Amino acid sequence: MASATPPFEQSTDLLSLDDAARRKRAWDAAAEVPDPEVPVLTIADLGVLRDVRVTGDTAVEVDITPTYTGCPAMAVFTFDIEAALRNAGFRTVTINTVLSPAWTTDWLSDEAREKLRAYGIAPPAGKASRRALFGDDEVACPRCGSFDTEKVSEFGSTACKALWRCRSCAEPFDYFKCH
Amino acid sequence: MTSDLFTYTLRLADDAAILGQRLGEWCGHAPTLEEDIGLANVGLDHIGQARALYTHAGAVEGAGRDEDQLCFLRKEREFGNCLLVEQPNTDFAHTIARQLFFSAFMLPFWRKLTGSRDETLAAIAAKAEKEAAYHLRHSGEWTIRLGDGTDESRMRMQAAVDTLWSYTGELFEADEVVSRLVADGIAVDPESLRGEWHASVRDLLDEALLRMPPEGWMQTGGRSGRHSESFGHLLTEMQYMQRTYPGMRW
Repeated sequence: MASATPPFEQSTDLLSLDDAARRKRAWDAAAEVPDPEVPVLTIADLGVLRDVRVTGDTAVEVDITPTYTGCPAMAVFTFDIEAALRNAGFRTVTINTVLSPAWTTDWLSDEAREKLRAYGIAPPAGKASRRALFGDDEVACPRCGSFDTEKVSEFGSTACKALWRCRSCAEPFDYFKCH
Repeated sequence: MTSDLFTYTLRLADDAAILGQRLGEWCGHAPTLEEDIGLANVGLDHIGQARALYTHAGAVEGAGRDEDQLCFLRKEREFGNCLLVEQPNTDFAHTIARQLFFSAFMLPFWRKLTGSRDETLAAIAAKAEKEAAYHLRHSGEWTIRLGDGTDESRMRMQAAVDTLWSYTGELFEADEVVSRLVADGIAVDPESLRGEWHASVRDLLDEALLRMPPEGWMQTGGRSGRHSESFGHLLTEMQYMQRTYPGMRW
């Protein structure tokens, strides 16, 4: 899928666009790539997508930043971004990983936080300050909204999540950790 | 001639990779499911750090070696990790004590390295600092739970602390490579972290009702490639795939 040849019309169509429109086409295509672990969020929602530059007629360069250094989803992001851009008509796709500035959950928009909650994952509580990293967060149950919750495990189904449980509605849930 | 920055970055990468490999050995064997996931998560953080550091080391060296070649195709004597991280898992208490000693050092280490004049090291440190905070909290909570637990868990946790203590001195070693890079504003002077490390370990052991071992003779050798007996066995397993199918890629 990643090496699919773009439809002919899209390639020629791309050449008829000016630089700004081609850049927008590229950004929009990359921005829609979903997180494989949290499919309600896209890489743009997460802040993983840092920059998109059109470097030639059908050449594009993308900067992404890892969430956690060991996040296995990064490899999937890379494949999916390349596939999305090729489908949008770009023939040469270069993807760079940039480390600075370091990703933080503070970059999640309010809209992204609401998407997480609706999906059943408690969004990160507060800012990723040093205090937040060490203190215990006050986490609301994504199902019933109760703050009567408890941490079951510091580590959950992925590196970015912890396992919590609601004492009010007895529902276990994932908590997207402050980072 | 290999540059100081290459050597220094490679040592940091080796520390992270080897500890990640040790933690990975727990996968499927931890005492509870949550801990199985927890230890694998911590191991994954270390492997992620190692990948970024190996990639940087390869770029600094400029000889075309990538992360796989540096991690999987170097020989035992070429590894510069500290002896602490390669110590066998032994039991859950040893795994936790090893992590506690290491993370209590790495948390202030990464924090200081965020001020490095080497921009890539500073960027890696900014991410790794947050991860180290979780690792210290996780191993610290277990140290307290096991130390202030049953007779059996306290005995095992104390034995682990006593056994691994002699491997903590190496964390503070600075040879001429480190000293030159400290002078250049690139490396962290490990001696400057001793106070914070000592205080955080002492406070946790106190709360866990465990005895702080007396200062004494310390093991050394890892930074110059002289490793413990178990290290060769670890490499055999870790490097198997690249040794058997050189240059293979996923």
